[in-house]
Amino acid sequence: MYTQSFNVPDSPGAKTVALAPSTEDPALQAAFDARIDADGRIEPQDWMPEAYRKTLVRQISQHAHSEIVGMLPEGNWISRAPSLKRKAILIAKVQDEGGHGLYLYSAAETLGTSRDQMLDGLHSGRAKYSSIFNYPTLTWADVGVIGWLVDGAAIMNQVPLCRCSYGPYARAMVRVCKEESFHQRQGYEALLVMMTGTAEQKAMVQDAVNRWWWKCLAMFGPPDADSPNSAQGMRWGIKRVSNDELRQKFVDATVPQAKVLGVTLPDPDLKWNEERQHYDYGQIDWNEFWETVNGNGPCNKERLATRVKAHNEGQWVRDAALAHAAKKQAMKEAA
Amino acid sequence: MTTALKEWPLWEIFVRSKQGLEHKHCGSLHAADAAQALEMARDVYTRRQEGVSIWVVESKAITASNPDEKGELFDPAADKIYRHPTFYEIPDEVGHM
Repeated sequence: MYTQSFNVPDSPGAKTVALAPSTEDPALQAAFDARIDADGRIEPQDWMPEAYRKTLVRQISQHAHSEIVGMLPEGNWISRAPSLKRKAILIAKVQDEGGHGLYLYSAAETLGTSRDQMLDGLHSGRAKYSSIFNYPTLTWADVGVIGWLVDGAAIMNQVPLCRCSYGPYARAMVRVCKEESFHQRQGYEALLVMMTGTAEQKAMVQDAVNRWWWKCLAMFGPPDADSPNSAQGMRWGIKRVSNDELRQKFVDATVPQAKVLGVTLPDPDLKWNEERQHYDYGQIDWNEFWETVNGNGPCNKERLATRVKAHNEGQWVRDAALAHAAKKQAMKEAA
Repeated sequence: MTTALKEWPLWEIFVRSKQGLEHKHCGSLHAADAAQALEMARDVYTRRQEGVSIWVVESKAITASNPDEKGELFDPAADKIYRHPTFYEIPDEVGHM
């Protein structure tokens, strides 16, 4: 499960959710602020500032889209998994991602936006999703590395979201995080098995790590100094831990895992800093990151096209289910 | 691109995690009818044996209290501390009661 830890604005022209006219009554605002300051939770029917609502709709729907699009790079490997066991595991993981998308869409819907509006945002290309899925999964080792590193990075992001000030989002994240641990462990274990294999298989793991490492570090979003919206997210209790802090936690947790696995992480500047009691790491290529966020990554077009095709080709199923339900209802009424 | 859709209605899902426990709200989903909602709830919320029984209720059938009236609605219970066992002082020698 996957989130971009920061809020990317959706493309211009994004429809904002139709909302009741903003009252921004100072008394209501004060009550809201007091609840946030007391680390309380906001529920769907409670008054909330329009900006808080909009931020949540954008963040939760982007998060949901990421889950759904995230099914694609791994789904590519279901038919090519090396054994029945790995195939069953991968199917279960991809199914989880679909479920995570559903929990998140449901959470966003409580804010007054419809599922169709959100899907339309995704399918028309206005809404963003995690840029990590705009890279290809070239070998079977990529599937393992996605579990280990991409899901590992996502878990770092998502655990603090379980304490998000918006109740439905926090509850969805609790459910997601419970399921997430399996994702990371299955990926890491698949790589452990490959590392007991031939020289080619080991090289395949190292190659996949080399290609994904920097992209995973970028998943945490721009450095804190370049994240002007983070402060507001923190103020609202939506974001609990800063991008750089999360990234550091991820690096510190991953280095020993890489050692056990027997791979190197492709960063010559990666070394333990005794003074900071953390690992130092090198410069992330933010130009490449923003290029991908802005639609120019290697798989942006393919991912979106696959998603739209699946949705359109499922239209008759959705229509048939509704028609069937209406027919059964009519028969029941006639009886 | 995407055509205008009729959305499937929204359902609230309640799952009994094991015999002897109550059904507990665990989330919501869209489904064409109750039978499909049940099937989808099984697939979404009980993939890891989280349940032995599922209820589905169409969301629009739920009547909820108004959060703006939370004060008046729950206020009558606020000053009745004598409804709690800790209100009563019992000598230590009595032991657990």
